[in-house]
Amino acid sequence: MTPDPALLRDLRAALGADAVLVSTEACAPFECDALTAHRRSPDVVVLPRTTDEVRSVLRACRHHGTPVVARGAGTGLSGGSLPVAGGVLLVLARLNQILEVDPRRRLARVQPGVTNLEISGAAAPHGLYYAPDPSSQVACTIGGNVAENSGGVHCLKHGLTVHNLLEIRVVTIDGDLLVLGSETGEAPGLPLLALLTGSEGMLGVVVEATVRLKPLPERVELLMVAFDDVRRCADAVGRVIASGIVPAGLEMMDAPAMRAAEAFAHCGYPTDADALLLCELDGLHHDVEHDLQAVETLLRDCGATSLRVAVDATERQRMWSGRKSAFPAVGRLAPDYFCMDGTIPRRHLADVLQRIGELSQAAGLPVANVFHAGDGNLHPLILFDAGEPGAVERAEHLGAEILELCVAVGGTVTGEHGVGVEKLGPMCTQFGSGELEAFHAVKRAFDPDGLLNPGKAVPTLARCADYGAMRVHGGKLPFSHLPRF
Amino acid sequence: MDRDGTDDLLAQVCEAATRGAALRIVGGDTKRFYGRAIDGVPLATRGHTGILRHDPAELVLTARGGTPLAEVETRLAAHGQRLPFEPPHFGTDATLGGTVAAGLAGPARAWAGPLRDYVLGARILTGDGRVLRFGGEVMKNVAGYDVARLMAGSLGVLGVLLDVSLKVLPRPADERTLALELDQAQALEHMASLARGALPLSASSWIGGRLYLRFEGSTETLDAVAARVGGELLPDGGSFWASLREQTHPYFAGEQPLWRCTVPGLVAPLPLGSEPLVEWNGMQRWYRGVAAAAGFEAAAAVGGHATLFRHHSDAAEVFTPLAPPLLRLHRELKRVFDPAGILNPGRMYADL
Repeated sequence: MTPDPALLRDLRAALGADAVLVSTEACAPFECDALTAHRRSPDVVVLPRTTDEVRSVLRACRHHGTPVVARGAGTGLSGGSLPVAGGVLLVLARLNQILEVDPRRRLARVQPGVTNLEISGAAAPHGLYYAPDPSSQVACTIGGNVAENSGGVHCLKHGLTVHNLLEIRVVTIDGDLLVLGSETGEAPGLPLLALLTGSEGMLGVVVEATVRLKPLPERVELLMVAFDDVRRCADAVGRVIASGIVPAGLEMMDAPAMRAAEAFAHCGYPTDADALLLCELDGLHHDVEHDLQAVETLLRDCGATSLRVAVDATERQRMWSGRKSAFPAVGRLAPDYFCMDGTIPRRHLADVLQRIGELSQAAGLPVANVFHAGDGNLHPLILFDAGEPGAVERAEHLGAEILELCVAVGGTVTGEHGVGVEKLGPMCTQFGSGELEAFHAVKRAFDPDGLLNPGKAVPTLARCADYGAMRVHGGKLPFSHLPRF
Repeated sequence: MDRDGTDDLLAQVCEAATRGAALRIVGGDTKRFYGRAIDGVPLATRGHTGILRHDPAELVLTARGGTPLAEVETRLAAHGQRLPFEPPHFGTDATLGGTVAAGLAGPARAWAGPLRDYVLGARILTGDGRVLRFGGEVMKNVAGYDVARLMAGSLGVLGVLLDVSLKVLPRPADERTLALELDQAQALEHMASLARGALPLSASSWIGGRLYLRFEGSTETLDAVAARVGGELLPDGGSFWASLREQTHPYFAGEQPLWRCTVPGLVAPLPLGSEPLVEWNGMQRWYRGVAAAAGFEAAAAVGGHATLFRHHSDAAEVFTPLAPPLLRLHRELKRVFDPAGILNPGRMYADL
């Protein structure tokens, strides 16, 4: 689609011609995020350098009625920054300055294009760090982290993005600059900081974030624990939490995921086991000592077949390397994979894993499970070959079945990856028309013309009607006890 | 007690919406002083009560809005758990719904985070009689906008809280309170410096020339902390912190206006002419006997905000006014959830 010349004129006047890309070659790198199954080359890409330029871009889009999609590093897994037809792609990569790191106040103030890991890097000389650590942290940016409310492996104890934000500055589609939260995290009025966090760029564009920095823990210990039964491993997760210990990380892998990770990273995983648990404890020396002993006893009680505590930071890193490379490792097992992101109440872990195994068998598609067990946040990886006729549809169908299962046991279709374009269908399973209408109304409160990232995150009721029809098998809806519309 | 009063509440809201009559949502009526004084037909939530789910291994508790806060805390304590933000009750009848709607936290705020950090899900009754469920009972959930967390501190202006799901945490093995003699400026510096270290400083307060510090953890940890921090052991630390949380400490006595200033912790003592009670590593400072508007100005001047917390009968506004674009968004959101404007109208701001 050829961009509106009047819009281009306004954008060039505000940003300079070099910050407005329109050629096919220049726009091509922005055609997708990490959900590469969905691609669409943007018509216009803008690269503002300042908050004022972001405000000008949004005002111009509002004035011309042009849709606009914000994008950070493009590491999102749900197509949240997929360009939209006839729209502007607002790339925030040039707003990449760390504005302030103040160890006395334990905070960092950064522009949205600063990467997650850069913040911890800048804080490290002061013995501080930024806690949320999504696996893409070397590349993903804080603006995107706010938009998705990103998690990581240490959320159970150290929180999600929303728990580590003090203040964000957000530009609305009208070009207004909102200051939400404050240096203390307290602010008068409604907690809009929380509402904007995880709103997938639908309500405003983050141009600055002030994040809380935490002191690096005095002591860290990592246990690698093997089980010869997935169910026993899953039950052990609940037992650890119920015992009053909150591990810094509690990660689980099933045999296919663990074997793939071992073959990829050579990290010393016991490949003859059926399930592996990584349990990290952090804190003060004596507290960690106490928890370590308690967890060891408890896990042996739960039937652990082997248990190893990393002797030093090097071994700890090696043990983590397998977990952190599990997605690409599993990715080598098949030409393509889909990564699911459902979260469930922990008590259903064992049953849900078993049911996923049955669904996988029925679909004839292997599934590897690697996930944040402590949070109940599952990442089933569905393996398939897109070259095989009908395989994509079967994989998508299996994915939808898994997410419906998560909802049926009281969970959610996305724990940390966001809805984007990927999970619009499954959203219809989780929410009724009343909630979906309320979401659309919240969107209109911020963006009456629906210009910010349109078509993402919240499905239309019409789409849900289609989705419901599509998901009927043999005249019967899956989970027919769930409300439908 | 276990009673589902959804239908009663729904009928009352629908009736009021038809007449356009303002409702004043009342739980235990323990925080009536908080926010702007409003009229309105009382909408009592206490008949909608009961803990719906609490599985200790999930670290989640779900209860109806009218459930007594004390009942929730007793249930959690029986399983060695707690509400980490240490909410004030301000009376024996405080309810869970009122606690979340007020959004207040106690001495542990600087350590554990605000109340909104612990909201996982909510079922709400809107001002036009819709019953909607947002969020859920899991730790991580980014499906849809986080409307559940938006309810934290919303003072009932968006909806009646029918059910709330909160993240809960284990209680620490032990706690210890130490007291040091310091002036206010020294105390502010000392609190910030302790908070920077990896010490388990779960509460701090300065009042009358003494800095009080509460630490939590294993006995060995507390011994090590005590050796490092020094000061004098306060034998009954629990009652001291409860007296701050519940404002039964003598500082809060009397009818003079009570200001709550929330400011960056390291900001120098505010020029308000009276001695404060300081909490939250310097971030929360209470003042008595300050002239109207002076509290707002002093807090704003250092990047904070202020609330005229108690004894403000004739004040026009009790919360720091919002910037115009923010106030406009508040009004738009009010229209989304309460189009007739009948739920606690004016409790937060005059035209909200």
